[in-house]
Amino acid sequence: MPDLGLDVLFKGSNFLRLLEGLSEAAKISLIAIAISIPVGLLVGVLMTSKNIILKVLFRVYLETIRIMPQLVLLFIVFFGTTKTLGWKLDGETASIIVFSLWGVAEMGDLVRGSLVSIPKHQYESSKALGLSKNQTFLYVIIPQTVRRMIPLSINLITRMIKTTSLVLMIGVVEVLKVAQQIIEANRMSSPNAAFGVFLMVFLLYFVLCFVISSIAGMLEKRWS
Amino acid sequence: MNWEFIHKYWPLYEKAAILTVRIGLLGILAAALIGVIAAFIRYRKIPVLNKIVAFYIEISRNTPLLVQLFFIYYGLPKVGIKLDAEVCGIVGLAFLGGSYMAESIRSGLESVDKIQHESAISLGLSNRQAFTYVIFPQAISTSIPGIIANVIFLLKETSVFSAISVMDLMFTAKDLIGLYYRTTESLFMLVVFYLMILLPVCILGSIVERRVRYAGFGT
Repeated sequence: MPDLGLDVLFKGSNFLRLLEGLSEAAKISLIAIAISIPVGLLVGVLMTSKNIILKVLFRVYLETIRIMPQLVLLFIVFFGTTKTLGWKLDGETASIIVFSLWGVAEMGDLVRGSLVSIPKHQYESSKALGLSKNQTFLYVIIPQTVRRMIPLSINLITRMIKTTSLVLMIGVVEVLKVAQQIIEANRMSSPNAAFGVFLMVFLLYFVLCFVISSIAGMLEKRWS
Repeated sequence: MNWEFIHKYWPLYEKAAILTVRIGLLGILAAALIGVIAAFIRYRKIPVLNKIVAFYIEISRNTPLLVQLFFIYYGLPKVGIKLDAEVCGIVGLAFLGGSYMAESIRSGLESVDKIQHESAISLGLSNRQAFTYVIFPQAISTSIPGIIANVIFLLKETSVFSAISVMDLMFTAKDLIGLYYRTTESLFMLVVFYLMILLPVCILGSIVERRVRYAGFGT
């Protein structure tokens, strides 16, 4: 049995430090999600409006965000805007900005998609039943939209958590960076630490995302 | 914007772009192959293998590519499996993409009505013929939008390869920013090159998608 470097994980507070790193990643995605849900809802509703200019504007915004890899967006905000606009931005803020921009775009599209997917007769029947426009939205359209949206937005959350691993590249100390530090610090005492520590990071991400996506799967099944 | 700088380092990006596309292409092809096999196993519910594939899909879908790459590139050599950075990239992309492809293809397979299989059998086709000539072509046409989305997603994911010192577009951009502090120009070229790779794929994708939809297989 070769040395797998698992012992490093139980030395001192190493495991705790990894969890702290993970919570940093979770923090960034949670803040971004807290921003994207309300703003995304608004954007989504606006996208279904009949105003052409508004529609085109959001479409361009959505496609621009979508076509660029998230890492490129992170680079543009972290290196590009600080150079051209001259402000100071730490890696964490830059990543929250990027993840929020991305989240708003995706959320907006989800909301638009689920609003559009509500068949027209739902609106017409509510009108026939004498509901006002506000009542139709509140009692008929929103409950149905939310049901379609929740599993999809939970998937977006797991995607976001997975993507937070990229913030390592703009110098944010998250779980991968902590892992590197631990491996570096124990280079002499356990040269094989890279295996055990990265395996643990792998498992941590897996457990976190698996639990969340299972919830999404359950909700989807129950509401379909 | 310093155009001289852009002119001077354009070839560097060209080389990096070719590398990005090559790794991406090989990775996606491998992912598609894994996807077809995994989807077939899930569809036919082959005992034991079905469980293994289900487990693989969960593992691969619920972890980030960067973490997978770090484990493959830095972790595996410690137990005697050494791969160079480029191969790691391809393996990582195939590992990640395989599960996404499998899910898209499986949902396509499951959308084909059972009666198609039964009719094929009653026409005297063997099980294998029924699958290759009747079920699979119909399934693929419904899977195409998902597969195209996966291809674009995987091409975008190639941007993380710079973390394991593959000299791709991100690596080049970061290098130039660090060396010359020409941030605007380096990022501009980065965006231009990613657009040159991704835009044609997106446009081609939507054309193919429309064609397949008009083909009207299935229902």
